[in-house]
Amino acid sequence: MSLVLSAGDKARMGMHLKRKRMNVVALALSLAAMSFGLFWLAWILFETIRLGIGGISLSVFTEMTPPPQAATGGLANAIFGSLVMVGLATALGTPIGIMCGIYLAEYGKGRWLGNVTGFINDILLSAPSIVIGLFIYAIFVAKVKSFSAIAGVLALSLIVIPVVIRTTENMLSLIPNALREAAYALGTPKWKVISSVTLKAARAGVLTGMLLAVARIAGETAPLLFTALSNQFWTMNLGEPMASLPVTIYKFALSPYDNWRDLAWAGVFIITLGVLALNILARVLFRKKD
Amino acid sequence: MDKLAQGGGPPARERRTPWADAAFSALAHGAAWLTLALLAGIIISLTISAWPAISKYGLSFLVNAEWDPVEEKFGGLVMIYGTLATSFIALLIAVPVSFGIALFLTELSPNWLRRPLGTAIELLAAVPSIVYGMWGLLVFGPLLATYVQQPAQSLLSGVPFLGALVSGAPVGIGILSAGIILAIMVIPFIASVMRDVFETTPGMLKESAYALGATTWEVVWKVVLPFTKSGVIGAIMLGLGRALGETMAVTFVIGNFNQLDNLSLFAAANSITSAIANEFAEASPGLHQASLMYLGLILFFITFCVLAMSKILLNQLQRGEGSKT
Repeated sequence: MSLVLSAGDKARMGMHLKRKRMNVVALALSLAAMSFGLFWLAWILFETIRLGIGGISLSVFTEMTPPPQAATGGLANAIFGSLVMVGLATALGTPIGIMCGIYLAEYGKGRWLGNVTGFINDILLSAPSIVIGLFIYAIFVAKVKSFSAIAGVLALSLIVIPVVIRTTENMLSLIPNALREAAYALGTPKWKVISSVTLKAARAGVLTGMLLAVARIAGETAPLLFTALSNQFWTMNLGEPMASLPVTIYKFALSPYDNWRDLAWAGVFIITLGVLALNILARVLFRKKD
Repeated sequence: MDKLAQGGGPPARERRTPWADAAFSALAHGAAWLTLALLAGIIISLTISAWPAISKYGLSFLVNAEWDPVEEKFGGLVMIYGTLATSFIALLIAVPVSFGIALFLTELSPNWLRRPLGTAIELLAAVPSIVYGMWGLLVFGPLLATYVQQPAQSLLSGVPFLGALVSGAPVGIGILSAGIILAIMVIPFIASVMRDVFETTPGMLKESAYALGATTWEVVWKVVLPFTKSGVIGAIMLGLGRALGETMAVTFVIGNFNQLDNLSLFAAANSITSAIANEFAEASPGLHQASLMYLGLILFFITFCVLAMSKILLNQLQRGEGSKT
């Protein structure tokens, strides 16, 4: 029990302290990194609310986008345009995405087409959305020679497809095989097993994917810039350029006019709130299923 | 009843819709082929649209810095440089931070906090890029100019190389602000994939290390990280792919200036995505549009390679995990 330490003990002690210290420093840095990440989220949300909430009034939802320096005005046509294009793009992209997800989970496991499609889809999931805009411009806008809401819908639906494919495949893969086998044992044909057993069991997950896809395209600006373009007026004609919330925000935010900038902040507020709400809803929905 | 007794088995039941199986299968196959066709379509249509520029400039487009729509002279170096430089800065910031976040979420955080904190970080990824852009231009940029660039300028004025890095009007736009905003945007992608990857480390390995007296840091640095190496690189590649292709946030803050005449991190520059976003709708259909399409094709090619690499590395980890259990 003597307190006299040999040289070797001292060295070991020092090593031990050094390792301990290293550990504390590393963990403190990790805590700092976590706070760093949360800090930006908090700051961006705070600024969005602070600068956006003042601009929210009934007129934002009822009046058209104003000319520069007008006293009144709202975002009604942009909000309407966004709803129409997001709605149609989801309606167009979701069935294709679900069918492809079904292929990957139920038909393509281990086949080359399944492997390649799964691989390509994961790349398309993160591919730059502006390239999708260029693609639709090249195959559609340049051919019909006019910007139109239809082109915007097509571009957005191409972004919906990979998101829905990924979640559908994941959710279908979670369904236990026993369920499929039980259905087959009853003599059920494959399409019926998929459509009324596995797909039904995975429907919360598939719905989650749809919500995430809507949340993703609701804020997409780049693919609309040269497909749907924008429109200062109310239009219900899909063959014309159509305003959308993100493109209007983009145009207004870069302008020097105060009334435009205020409306842009109001738009940012609406869009951030909507997208975050959709994301949280999607998570809650899927968690219930667990 | 009667039939059953006679035949000694169930009656051959007639299928009401014998074609349904084939039709459903064809639909599913068709959807898969459509996804492949989409990729091929993007590459082919961009190549065709970019052909006037490709045939005129060839690969010298990549190293030529002149971009003059009036004189119809086009080279993509300025934009390519902007895209690479902003993404590089973004990774420089995002990789260590994401590593820290993943470490925190897997090893440090109390269990009840894991889920909410993970969700909060993922929500950062859900915020639309236009929100980042507007926030960057109107809120963050001015602060960066006042509290970082101006002090740096007064500190480094006269210093040969470093002085040039911070020169320029203090308005808060340029490569550095774009890089920082990109970093904030890709942190959630890298961090959440890294977290998932860290969680694939077998508990046995970690417990053995702890039992030998290793500290938490040593377990992460010497056990978890080597085990998940390829996945971690895959996560970084995924972040890089995102950063390269990000459009709106960069367009707001990079300044859209098509000349490369100084080294300053605070001078207006341009990136591939913001050049396309800014100029395409107004470009005359001809060489200008074709050149922008060429830029788009280059961007798609780079991101495709980066993302493919990321996917391969992440798959490798998954397969390795399977073989070890």
